[in-house]
This record gives sequence, C-alpha cells and structure tokens, in this order.
Amino acid sequence: MLRLEARPQPSKLLSLVSPLLALVLTVLIGVALFVLLGQNPLRGLQMFFVEPVKSLYALSELSIKATPLVLIALGLAVCFRSNVWNIGAEGQFVLGAMAAGWVAMQAGPGLAWMGRGIVVPILLAGVLGGMTWAAIVALLRDRFNANEILVSLMLVYVAELLLSYLVYGPWKDPKGYNFPQTITFDAVTQVPRLLPKLRANIGTLIALAGVGALWIFMFRIYRGFALQVGGLAPLAARYAGFSSRSALWTTLLLSGGLAGLAGGLEAAGPLGQLTPHVPAGYGFAAIIVAFVGRLHPVGIVFSAILMSMFYIGGELAQSRLGLPKSLTGVFQGLLLFTLLACDTLIHYRLRSGKGK
Amino acid sequence: MIQPSKRALLKFTSLSVVAAATALVGCSKKEEAPAPVAAAPSAPAPAPAPKPEPLKIAFAYVGPVGDGGWTFAHDNARKAMEKAFGDKIVTSYVEKVPEAADAERVFRDMVGQGNKLIFGTTFGYMEPMLKVAADSKDVKFEHATGYKQGDNMRTYDSRTYEGAYMAGVIAGGMTKSNTLGVVGSIPIPEVIRNIDSFTLGAQSVNPKVKTKVVWVNTWYDTAKETEAAQSLINGGADVLFQNTDSSAVLQTAGKNKKWAFGWDSDMTAYAPEAHLASAVINWVPYYTKAIGEALDGSWKGGGHTWWGVKEGAIDIVSINDKVPAELKDKLEKVKAGLKDGSFVIWKGPIVGQDGKPVLKKDELADDKFMSGINFYVKGVEGKLPSGGK
Amino acid sequence: MESFALLIAATLNAGTVLALAGLGLLINERAGIVNLGAEGMMLVAAIAGFAATATTGSDWLGFAAGMGAGALMAAAFGVLVIWLNTNQYATGLALSLFGSGFSAFVGIGFAQGKLGERASFAVPGLADIPFVGLALFRQHPMVYVAIGVAATLAWFLYRSRAGLVLRAVGESPESAHALGYPVRRIRLAAVCAGGALCGLAGSYLSVVYSPLWMEGMVAGKGWIALALTTFATWRPARVLLGAYLFGGVTMLQFYLQGQGVEVASQFLSMLPYVATIVVLVLISRNADFIRINMPASIGKPFHPGA
Repeated sequence: MLRLEARPQPSKLLSLVSPLLALVLTVLIGVALFVLLGQNPLRGLQMFFVEPVKSLYALSELSIKATPLVLIALGLAVCFRSNVWNIGAEGQFVLGAMAAGWVAMQAGPGLAWMGRGIVVPILLAGVLGGMTWAAIVALLRDRFNANEILVSLMLVYVAELLLSYLVYGPWKDPKGYNFPQTITFDAVTQVPRLLPKLRANIGTLIALAGVGALWIFMFRIYRGFALQVGGLAPLAARYAGFSSRSALWTTLLLSGGLAGLAGGLEAAGPLGQLTPHVPAGYGFAAIIVAFVGRLHPVGIVFSAILMSMFYIGGELAQSRLGLPKSLTGVFQGLLLFTLLACDTLIHYRLRSGKGK
Repeated sequence: MIQPSKRALLKFTSLSVVAAATALVGCSKKEEAPAPVAAAPSAPAPAPAPKPEPLKIAFAYVGPVGDGGWTFAHDNARKAMEKAFGDKIVTSYVEKVPEAADAERVFRDMVGQGNKLIFGTTFGYMEPMLKVAADSKDVKFEHATGYKQGDNMRTYDSRTYEGAYMAGVIAGGMTKSNTLGVVGSIPIPEVIRNIDSFTLGAQSVNPKVKTKVVWVNTWYDTAKETEAAQSLINGGADVLFQNTDSSAVLQTAGKNKKWAFGWDSDMTAYAPEAHLASAVINWVPYYTKAIGEALDGSWKGGGHTWWGVKEGAIDIVSINDKVPAELKDKLEKVKAGLKDGSFVIWKGPIVGQDGKPVLKKDELADDKFMSGINFYVKGVEGKLPSGGK
Repeated sequence: MESFALLIAATLNAGTVLALAGLGLLINERAGIVNLGAEGMMLVAAIAGFAATATTGSDWLGFAAGMGAGALMAAAFGVLVIWLNTNQYATGLALSLFGSGFSAFVGIGFAQGKLGERASFAVPGLADIPFVGLALFRQHPMVYVAIGVAATLAWFLYRSRAGLVLRAVGESPESAHALGYPVRRIRLAAVCAGGALCGLAGSYLSVVYSPLWMEGMVAGKGWIALALTTFATWRPARVLLGAYLFGGVTMLQFYLQGQGVEVASQFLSMLPYVATIVVLVLISRNADFIRINMPASIGKPFHPGA
C-alpha cells in the first residue's frame, strides 16, 4: 500500500524537477489525446512547442501574449503570498484599458506638443484605473470584512458591463456607423514597438523590469518580506507588528496597478481602440501563470511563456490540424493539476507499507 | 512556499537550458516563414504544369460551427462550395476566433499557410483584416458586415432585414395578443434595423401590433436567451423573434405554447410545434460569385455587396402548416416583390417612435441611411440602450 | 398582477440552479473545504447530462449522469486536496479551467443536439389557485427538489449526529481526529456529495432550464454559487433565499427592459452582481458575526498526526 510520508525537509531536487515532471505528464496525456483524435501526435506537439517559438515573428507574437500574463501574475504572486485572494484581476485589467483608452482618445492637435510622450500618461492612467478598481475590493474588505474573492469577482462582471456601456454609448465612434467601438487611437498614442513590422512592444521590457523590481521587493526588501510572513503565519506576523491592513492595501493596489498597466498596454498596443472585446481572459489565466510559476517572479516568466505557447499552439492546432480550440483549456488545466500533484512530492515521499 | 534564491537560480538555469534547446531546435527548422514580408508563396509553376494548384481558401468564424445559427450558415455554404468547385479549391476554417488582438495573428497565419482568399465572417475582424491585407497584397480578403475596404479587401453582407420583415408579416397575422417580443442581441444598427423591419412587416397585416424588445448584450448565450424569452412571454408576447444565434428562444416559446421563428438557419427541429418559419441566410450565391471571380481572375477589391431575397441570399423557409393560406399568400406576394425589386421595405412614409417621419412618403432609404439606423419605428416599445433616439 | 406572479415563477426557476450548486458547496465548506472548481464541475455535468438525455431520452438519467460527473470530478479534487494537501484555492481553479476546456472538448458533437419537447408541469389542483398557483405550482419537479434538499440539509446539519460530526470536522479537524473520527474520509464524502449536487445543478441547466448544449453555458453561475455560501453564512435556508434573490434580480432586469424602463440595459445587467456585493457587505460588516458562522478550518490543510 502506497502512502505519503512527510519529508523532514522539503526536497530541493524535486522542487526543481516538479514543474518539468508536470510538463512531461501533461505532454504525455496530450499525446494520448492527439492519438485519440486521430492526429499525428508529433505534429500536434510541434504546433504547441515548436511553432510558437521558431521565428522572430513567432517570438514577437509570443511576447504580446506573455507580457500581460507576466505583469498580472507578478501582482497576483504578491497577493497570493500574502494570503489575499485577488481573483478579479480581469476587472482591473479592463478598468486599466478603459482609463488608458480615455487618455489616448484625448490625443489630438491640443496635445500635439507631447508627441510620443503621450504614451506615458496613457500607461499611468492604466495603472491608476486598475488600482482604483482594486481599491474598492480593499476598502470593502478593510471596512466591512467582505471576502475579497467574491467582491473582486463580482467587480469583473461590473467592469465588463461598464466597458460595454461606454463603448455603445458616450465613447462610441461617431463615424463608426454606430458600431460599438471607440475611434481608432491616433498613431502617436501607440505603445512604441521594438522592431519594425513586428508587434512586440516595450511592454515586454516593462514586464521584465517588473520581474526584476518585484524580485527585489519580495526577497530583498523588508516590506516585501513582511507581506509574505503575513501570508504564511498571520499570528506571528501580527505579533511582530506587521500590519495585515497595510498588507491588504499594498498587495491589492500593487496587483491592481499591474493589471491596469497590462490593460493599458493592450489597449494602446495591439488593439489600438476600445471594443467590448477588451477582456481577453488574461486576468484569469494569470492566476494559473502565477501558480505554475510558483509565485516567484522568475518562475512566472517561464510559466507565462509556457501558457502563451499553449494559447498560440491551440490556435495553430486548430487552423492547421483541425483540432478543437478547447484543447488549450484542457492542457492549461491539466498542467496546473499535474503541477499541484507533483508538488506534493516536494514535501512528501511515497513509501510502501502499512498506511493509516 | 518561499524558495531561497539559490534554488530559484538553479531552476532558472535548468529551465533556460530547456528553453534554449527548444528554441534552437525550432529555429533550425525554418520551414514556412509566416512573416508577411515573404514573397508570393504561391506554388511555383514549372513549365509542364498538369493541373493548376487548387485555390486555398480560409474562413475565420467568430462562433463554433455547431451554433446552429450564424456560423453554421457560413460553414454550410463553405461545404457547399467544396462540393461545387471540387478539386479547384481547398478550404479550411478556424472557429471561435475572438474579435480582438488575437485575430490578427490568425489571419497572418492563414496568409502564411498559403491561403489566397480569406473570409472573415464578423464585424470585429475589420481592423485586423485591414492590417494584414495591407501587408499581403497578393491575398484577397472578404469581410462580412464591415464597412472598410482596400485594394485587396472588400465587404459583403446579407439583407437580413428582409427576412425579418417577412417573419413580421407572419407574426402580425398569427398573434392574438397583438404583442410581439424580440430578443435582441447587441444594439448595433443591423439588429435595430431587423427589429424595425420585423415590426413594419407585422404592421403591414395588423396595424395594432406592438413590439417589446429585451437585450441580452450577447450573440449567443442559451440561458440568457431563455430568460429573456420567458420574460417577454410573461409580459404578454405570444410571438417571439430573435437576433441571437441559438434556438433557446424558439425552445422557450415551445415550452410556453407560444410561437417563434428560427433565425439564420432552419431551426424547425428544435420545437416543431412552436416554429412558425425560419428566416435563413444562404451564403452559397455570394460565395459562389466570390470564389468564381477569384478563380477566373476577375476579383476586384473595394466595393460592398449587399444581397437579399432577389439574389437568393435570404429566404423564409419551413412555414408551419397552421399558418392560414391567405397569410401565406400575402407572404408570397411580398417575397415575389422583393425578388423582382418591385417591393421595397424601407420606403416612406415611415414614422419613428416619437411620431416624426423618418422617411417621407415615397422616399427611398439609401444604403447610408440603412447602415446607420439607430432608432425604433413607431410600434416598438422601450428606449434604445445607451443613446440612440 | 399576472406578470408579477410570472416573475415570481421565473425567479424560482432561475434560482434553482444556484440553489442546488450553493447547497452542494455549503456541504463542502461545512467540512472545511473550499471548492473553487464549481464552475468546471457544473460544466462537465451539464454536458454529461445533456449527452445522457440526448442519447437515452430520459431526463432523470441526465440528472443522474450529471450527478455522477460532478461527484467524480469532486473526488479527483478531493484526493488532491485532502490526501496530497495541495492548495485548495489553486486546485479548485485548476478544476474550473480543466472543466471548461474538457466540457467544450467533449461537447463538440452535441452542439446542435436537441432534446425533444420538454414537458411542462403543474401540481394538480394547487396550480389552479389564482396568483399563487401561477407563481408557485407550475414548476419543474427539480425546483421542489431544491427546496427539499435545503430542508433535508438543514435537518442533517443541525439535528442529526452525522451532521454534527461534519460540522465538527469543519470547525476543528484536529479535535475530531483526536476523538477518533476519520476526518479525511468524512471530508472526501462531503466533497463528493457537494460535487454531486453541483452536478445536479449543471445538468438541470442543460436538460431543463435551457435545453441546449453550449460551451461555457454555466456562464459564471458556479462563481455566484460560491458567493452564495458566504453571504448565506453557511446556512441552508439562507442559501435558498440568496439563490432566489439572485435569480430574481436576473429576471428583474429583463422584466424592467420589457416594461420600457429607461435605464441603459448594461446597468440593469449589472444589478445581480452589484446586489451580491451589497448583500455581502451588509452581512460581513460584523466580523464577529462572520467568524461565529464560518467553519473555522475553511481553506486550511489538515495533517493528521502533524
């Protein structure tokens, strides 16, 4: 009879191997699925793991998908480590996009003196928009004890409806034949791109800078350390004088701001306007990215890349092999499942013998 | 779960090795460059070419092909094209392409895969298609329900409002409560135009009818459509109409023993007792023309094609036996009139909700008027959501 | 007046899905486990139920299939969370994501399925009472089942020995363990029972409420059900009330639109979500109130012998 026995201390080896093991398991199940669907499994794997990284264009597309995931997941990692469960990053993303979009729409002859510099207030507006939305969650939890999971989630729906209202109503493009979309933003507002003809933009650089900044914050700065202790051992934290209240506000504002920044980058970058389709699910996917990345800034980069590969691979598998799009969701869920299962091996080992 | 930084460094190294290996493997196999700057990747024709390469055609759908409505109609036409053109063409499709930044990548990939004629079947693909079209001058782009064109891009649409009008004719004759209900998807001109046309059709046989509208703010959501339909029935409507994509409205009508219509595709099977008729779209005539032109070289960009009953793109089918003969006759007359052009729906006098005329007597609406309809006609109750008169 | 009675009837119907799912989640949480995978479980159950009914023609088989699917997924979740002690929130989220992808994947063949004519129900005699009959007695049996489940659960939790043990496990698994109760097996049973109820809710949605299969048709109801348990402070009767409140607000926004109310439809659509937040705030205001009612071990892993 197999049973789990707690290890005296967490296994270093397995904490490295576990994500790879999970990936291998997911791939194996994927191969089985491909065979079941009558597809050549190697071609299927190629769609997911090779095609999305094989050319500069492909990498540029990958970066567009991965950047918002990294930004949002960074903020969520801080939240989750502090035991604040912000599930509403999607709503904060939308508010960020809306705020940034509003600033972008002001661009015109009046603001021509700013030139390309207008991108800065656009992105700042995105950050503020996301922060404001997250602040509502923090306020309701702080003052009324309202569970942040539920409030933040409800606010996602509210945010989407708010966007819909604005885009159908006051912000509708007057020359757009009454279709629900804003004007296409002026060229000057576009987030600067990294290379000509490719869509990758400086958002990726901002995200990488964010990774570095958050790494320093979490592991080198007292404040960041305090936040995490608050999550691990709330009583001990309180005894040491770390305020859970400030932890709440810090983490929510930080993750809201990062999600809003991601929203602003999306609106002023690849989208170039606001439509009811701004909410792309990044806020929810980022939750998985955060976990698969072990809530660690560097891990998040890799898991964001992996998740983006799944997204793009799923698209390609559909258009080139005729495989259903739902495979992407299946793989992403499987990856998280297998990761969670494999992670147990870090703290426990399998033993045979009499169990409970 | 704090990882000491040393562990993180080890992980970083091992994962980056893996990633680097993958990238190296991938980069060394540059089979097809999806970058649009590639020169024309069409098959090089060596001198003794036995048969011309089949034209590669791709379709981008916003919904699943199984939606039984909008996307289903497009896909049926695609399949019909495969049959009709045989080995002259090869088609493929991508479903559930979101109307957002991702769409651009899908279109670029279609170009990269050698497709020469690409159909985008929803409004939201307009900007992505424009961008990709600008970069791929040798590929032809057809955009449904849009309004921007280019040298290698043109738009097409179907006069769904004619189907709506014809449904209205039946509805006006079959209602007993004189209250009709419409489940509206999204308040864009196309849908508002359909609601207005439906009402006009009903009023042509029964001037006393009123139309109630409930908006679900989505094209496809079975639970919401069910709830909206139920609330319309609760409010007194005994004939329902929809601009949404599923058969939930029809099924709800069936459950409540009221009448309803199918939309975009024939939905009789979902609730035969409640089904009065289906206003269907037939993309076969247009796709035949587009593909034919692409094959014989006469395809030209720019321009907008808007076909209806006359060209066989719109029809009303599977009319319930319970519809009385004289109502059926009236419908046939309307259909005949639409077919030969003698009957025009949007011809004055047409009065708006506020009583003021929007079209004076005998005044014809031009396409610009039609594309921008943002008002309810008299007889429709309620206010348009967020703006609009 | 008749339209008001119909509104009540529609509310009861709309609230049933939420009620069943909420009650299932309540059982979970009473044992100390938060299952964020409700949405995924309901989706898989919805396609399972639809597929079963489409192939066999029997609604009740559809419900059974839904319950089975829900229980199975919950069991997988349970093993991970209870025995492998994985993080409950993350595992639940993984379940949700996997469930939505998997259900979409499996449901491809059923996208145009139809289930044949749906019967309409009326309680003989009672259905003819003016107003009340229209409002309350023309419902699908499942509506009454939901009320029955709530009543049974209330009895179970507060009047039966087994229920007492369940609550003890939720309050303090260590103490229950010390007393000799098989805490982990009890938790697994709770999780599976909860999953079965969520599955019932999901299959009701696809077999009766809007008898079609559509990807993602649960459309957030799983998350709302999670909210319900909190703002019902973990009491079955309040879960029922909350479910009807939410269902009512949802139907209300369509009712208002139909009446020509001059508010933008998007704001009306926001009503259910805003209402949830408001009620949540009102209930949570008193921290002690929440702390008294919330099962103390929610979300925390249990290590026997640790």
